[in-house]
Amino acid sequence: MIAIIDYGVGNVGSIQNMLKKIGHPESIITKNPDEINDADKIILPGVGAFDAGMQKINESGLLDVLNKKALSDKIPLLGICLGMQLLTNGSEEGKIKGLGWIDAVTAKFDFKAENSNLKIPHMGWNEVKVSKQHPLTADLPEPSRFYFVHSYYVKCRDKNDELLSCRYGIDFTCSVQHENIMGVQFHAEKSHKFGMQLLKNFAEL
Amino acid sequence: MPCLLYYKRGLYKTIKFKNPSYVGDPINAIKIYNEKEVDELIFLDISASVEKREPDYKMITDIATECFMPLCYGGGISDTEQIKKIFGIGVEKISINSSAIDNPGLISEAASSFGSQAVIVSIDVKKSFWGKYEVMKGRGSKSIGYDPVSFAKKMEDAGAGEILLTSVDREGTWEGYDIDLLKQVTSAVRIPVIVNGGAGSISHFEEAKKKGHASGLAIGSMAVYQKKGMGVLINFPGRPELEKILS
Repeated sequence: MIAIIDYGVGNVGSIQNMLKKIGHPESIITKNPDEINDADKIILPGVGAFDAGMQKINESGLLDVLNKKALSDKIPLLGICLGMQLLTNGSEEGKIKGLGWIDAVTAKFDFKAENSNLKIPHMGWNEVKVSKQHPLTADLPEPSRFYFVHSYYVKCRDKNDELLSCRYGIDFTCSVQHENIMGVQFHAEKSHKFGMQLLKNFAEL
Repeated sequence: MPCLLYYKRGLYKTIKFKNPSYVGDPINAIKIYNEKEVDELIFLDISASVEKREPDYKMITDIATECFMPLCYGGGISDTEQIKKIFGIGVEKISINSSAIDNPGLISEAASSFGSQAVIVSIDVKKSFWGKYEVMKGRGSKSIGYDPVSFAKKMEDAGAGEILLTSVDREGTWEGYDIDLLKQVTSAVRIPVIVNGGAGSISHFEEAKKKGHASGLAIGSMAVYQKKGMGVLINFPGRPELEKILS
């Protein structure tokens, strides 16, 4: 059973619907620690700012069960968008610590120096590049496009943790993986056939 | 991208903003678009502002939950609290029409709070009896005394991230986009312009892209009917076909 964590950051119904559509009707949207404890996979969604999201996780009382599932039970866990950023040690300008499951920091896009007119947030469809082979990104069509909405991006300390990269002004990591912990910066649930393939891969890990 | 019109709890298609005819259930249509590699969907509640009511959040939630592609919602938006609520539901962009005319300050507020990319201003344009383009309000019923070029520039200055430019005269006609109107607006603003109203064939897309410099192409009738004058068929042109023409 896949638990989609509901810690109060927007509508995650489309993730559950996409899972249903690709043949995995058994997922639940939950903030119940017991249900999360019973899950064999976890999706951590999220939109918005790092500090606000992390604060909500801290206040949700779910930190212990999430740490247990991620670090001791080592079940597959996928962070989506802000959910991926929360996997890092923290954001460069935020004050609150991240989950620290991926050795990385979250940084804000800064295009002022380059004198560019790229907009923040980065919003739109972008092609991604595969950095290393992994079942999560298996069978993705070449090229694959995903839909992004974000102002922050993840900087891995260890390049080996990068699964996919993307270019928006700079090359940045748009998917991470370290052992059982995975993350995607894009909204897989809004990326129709590409998102379906990726979520299918995750559901079948 | 499909541009769907919601009216009286169903999907409707109009001709020149009039004679709404029922084309089906919105959720069902979205489920079909989910299969078709649609990269964005515009969903407009065309009765909200006219009836002076707030957006129907329950309906927007149902739509957003079913939609496996980025969603733009428009209809009845008049303040930032509503906008916040709509983004919270899982909608990626909002489209503002009536309130952009009545209260351009809302565009600036929305752009600074949520990013200009998430804020589309929808402009309805009609040719007057004298052949002059005029921006219209109230579902194309009343001229606001602005020409589309100055109004589009004003909206760009206010912080709009994108313009949805609809020709009232072409809407639902299958006769092709108004390329002249499109050219006037795209050459006056730097922000992307989505052209809407009149698409009836793939060749109209090419024209709008190459001659009119449209950034996005909205389709209404083509997305819900088989052909002009024929029955309802929720559909979308295949990607290979589109790529061949638009690349």
